[in-house]
Amino acid sequence: MRVAVIQFPGSNCDTDCQAALASFPGVSAEIVWHKETSLAGYDAIVLPGGFSYGDYLRCGSIARFSPIMGAVRTAADAGVLVLGICNGFQILCEAGLLPGTLMRNNGLLFRCESLHLRVENTDAPFTSALRKGQVLEIPIAHGEGNYFAEPETLKQLEANGQVLVRYCDASGNVTTEANPNGSLGNIAGICSHGRNVFGLMPHPERVCDPILGGTDGRGLFQSMIEAVEKPKS
Amino acid sequence: MANPAITPELIAKHGLSPEEYEKVLSILGRQPSFEELGVFSVMWSEHCSYKNSRPELRKFPTTGPSVLVKAGEENAGVIDIGDGWAVAFKIESHNHPSAVEPFQGAATGVGGIIRDIFTMGARPVFLMDSLRFGSIEGDSDQAKTNRRLFAGVVAGIAHYGNCIGLPTIAGEVYFDESYSGNPLVNAFCLGILRHEQIARGAAEGVGNPVFYVGAETGRDGLAGAAFASRELTEESKADRPAVQVGDPFREKLLLEACLELLATDCVAGIQDMGAAGLTCSTCETASRGGTGVEIDIQLVPQRAKGQTPYEVLLSESQERMLVIVKKGREETVKQIFEKWDLPYAEIGVVTDDGQMRVRNGDEIVVDVPARALADDGPLYSREAAPFTPPAPLDLASVPPVDPLKALPTLLAHPSIASKRWVWRQYDHMVRTGTAVLPGSDAAVFVVREANKILAASTDCNAIYCKLDPSVGSRIAVAECARNLACSGAVPIGVTDNLNFGNPHKPENFYQLRAAVEGISEGCRAFNVPVTGGNVSLYNESPAGAIDPTPTISMVGRIDDAAHITTQAFKGQGDQIILIGDIGSELGGSHYLLAIHGRKEGAPPVLDFEKEIAIHNALLGIIRKGLVRSAHDCSEGGLAVALAESCFGTGFGASIDLGETGQRADVDLFNESQGRIVISVSSTDRSQVESELTSSGVHHRFIGTVTAVPDLSITTGPSVYIWPVSNLNEIFENTIPSLMES
Repeated sequence: MRVAVIQFPGSNCDTDCQAALASFPGVSAEIVWHKETSLAGYDAIVLPGGFSYGDYLRCGSIARFSPIMGAVRTAADAGVLVLGICNGFQILCEAGLLPGTLMRNNGLLFRCESLHLRVENTDAPFTSALRKGQVLEIPIAHGEGNYFAEPETLKQLEANGQVLVRYCDASGNVTTEANPNGSLGNIAGICSHGRNVFGLMPHPERVCDPILGGTDGRGLFQSMIEAVEKPKS
Repeated sequence: MANPAITPELIAKHGLSPEEYEKVLSILGRQPSFEELGVFSVMWSEHCSYKNSRPELRKFPTTGPSVLVKAGEENAGVIDIGDGWAVAFKIESHNHPSAVEPFQGAATGVGGIIRDIFTMGARPVFLMDSLRFGSIEGDSDQAKTNRRLFAGVVAGIAHYGNCIGLPTIAGEVYFDESYSGNPLVNAFCLGILRHEQIARGAAEGVGNPVFYVGAETGRDGLAGAAFASRELTEESKADRPAVQVGDPFREKLLLEACLELLATDCVAGIQDMGAAGLTCSTCETASRGGTGVEIDIQLVPQRAKGQTPYEVLLSESQERMLVIVKKGREETVKQIFEKWDLPYAEIGVVTDDGQMRVRNGDEIVVDVPARALADDGPLYSREAAPFTPPAPLDLASVPPVDPLKALPTLLAHPSIASKRWVWRQYDHMVRTGTAVLPGSDAAVFVVREANKILAASTDCNAIYCKLDPSVGSRIAVAECARNLACSGAVPIGVTDNLNFGNPHKPENFYQLRAAVEGISEGCRAFNVPVTGGNVSLYNESPAGAIDPTPTISMVGRIDDAAHITTQAFKGQGDQIILIGDIGSELGGSHYLLAIHGRKEGAPPVLDFEKEIAIHNALLGIIRKGLVRSAHDCSEGGLAVALAESCFGTGFGASIDLGETGQRADVDLFNESQGRIVISVSSTDRSQVESELTSSGVHHRFIGTVTAVPDLSITTGPSVYIWPVSNLNEIFENTIPSLMES
């Protein structure tokens, strides 16, 4: 399985994602420069975290004009799996591949810490290897992760089961205290209507190796890999 | 615009003494141009020339079998870590800029130290910071200013480090009145490289083209090095134009482009433009290469129109590098910098006449012998005031305070309280290598590409240094090494940041000299080289000099992931052993400061031989897999160390110190050195005790990790019990609530 990890100018989790993916057998993860215009031959695409174009103007708002984004859109339309992590999620929202937007954290400060997420829906290629209600411990690191969408959009997201993960406490309760940034409905990650595009603020690639204190990020990647491999077998 | 005439006033305004100006005349054999005066001014500032400290710095041990690049040779020292891999690391101050503009001052401090590391050909992998501010408690204007400085500095570090994608994994923050008006911001960066990748900052190869790469030159940071070499005054706010503005995004691009370029074998030499910008980088590369460099100002990419040659030469605009390219390979440079959308320009050539020559088109504005400018600056041996060691603390003058109240008060002292508010703003996990998060004794980082585990700690108790600079600086080295040992690491190198007041004042110069000698003694004792560092003098505000603060950053190596140890207790029933003695010294302690408002007495005695035996014994039992947690006793003594080991674990501890024959406050809060609290499983206790005994180190069993979440300490007939959750709440909430007030 070949995964493209897009490197925008200012991406800084690109090699972290590459290393996390490469720790799964049979996965080859390649860094693809944002000035490329084709993603033919890749089974999945990852938009990693970082500060693309310095996050100047607005997070992700310049990166969405990068040459590679045309190919990302084509692939997404064709059903290829696209995963956006942190800045990648912001870029997907700016590009209109996911609804809504990510505003400044309600506490106004950048926050980096390990948090709990509840798996809300396993009917998606990114969560199929997980259990509904399962609590994952995955760190966040962002200044702008406050998810917002219009009420109508939010209603549809909920109705279609597009909210895949929410911030929760250690026991899985979705509470205001467990919400690190003010996101509506404690939303940490959503998928597209077609379910093949997924964006989340937390960093699963940071918890894929026991030496880093956890492996709860592996399930998300595992789901993705299984979803790609299954039709092949 | 015509240049001003060279008058005694103009010379004085440039910070050159009449004697120094005489030296300029004798080097040139004529009157300098206005541009040359500026060039000498910044190059001979303390910040660039170390003219007051260099004779002292020669005392540092800088050699050893693992040293690949020595202190002072290049932008940062390089140490071998085995298998063909090496680390480059260094700490540097940005105190003065942060005092007048905390956000940009701190941000560009981080940017500067990162450039120093990738200039060496190393890929930066993590950051640390050592910060000092005045008191942030209370409603005074001063406290409000200090809170603003603290918030601004932390946000500036976060802005730069987070954006460029380097984890800030450890550090220290102290609050003390002596830093009111003159905060300290010391930033550390470590990078990793293969031995064959070491890049040099030398202009080699006559005829090689000189390239300017990175951000355009603007008017920001004009003569910042000279600004940093003066005392801060009420008027310093007017020096805000001397503070640079950082762009971490540009630096990320520059970092990637430079590493890509260095991998091509096109580069003959590379040097970042930091302090004194284009001036320093051209004359230093020429001096190191034994060559000359000629550049044309008109070819330099510029941000604004109409900048004078003087401004372009002295600008400290950030995110710029000078690259000496092997002739014929220019096309590769162009391709790489175009890929990364970075400005670049060929601005000159390496010459054979030893001159730093700057043209403005056809006109020569600077023509100075590079070596004389870079290396033959003035050197001063300042007068050191005689020092009388402080009298030991008279314990009878210290009324005993109920430990039940004293421990929460200590945990609420901002210097001791949790710094989570700080490090939560730093991305401390990016690059997926942080194996021990901030908040333990030392941070531990796995360098994936090299398959190596590193530990790092930064320390300085400036109260000890104020009371006795020699003892205080030796303790700073020992505490760093102790923190590393607690994490399972062996020290491999030291970088230091010497923060002192005006060296013209004999008492300040004594502090500098004693600190250098103390650090040297410590490094020899632990057999680690000083690989470089930074000197920051003139740290004074109208209220006087700061407490002497020789910050030590020590890097260590952990041979096996199984040896990584943290301070947190791990399991109910584990046995708690104190390595070292109960101790008795309260001089210079935080108990004396936080409870009694006194900064006095003699700091604790430090015995290197004892200290080393303890570290070795601890490492011995860690390597045998016998240690579940280890935490050193520092500010706040044993009681604070025990409380910290309980925090976040859900456990408590039941401690009995037995009959000690001294006051309970002395037992709990003394800061005697060489003490480590470890916990071991009950089945391993006897083996641990016999190993420690055979190593000849003092130790005693003091209690048990309990499921009951209380910290209970018995000493003699008295029993003190605190619910851990109460202590933890105080520990965690102190800084957030002060900063929200």
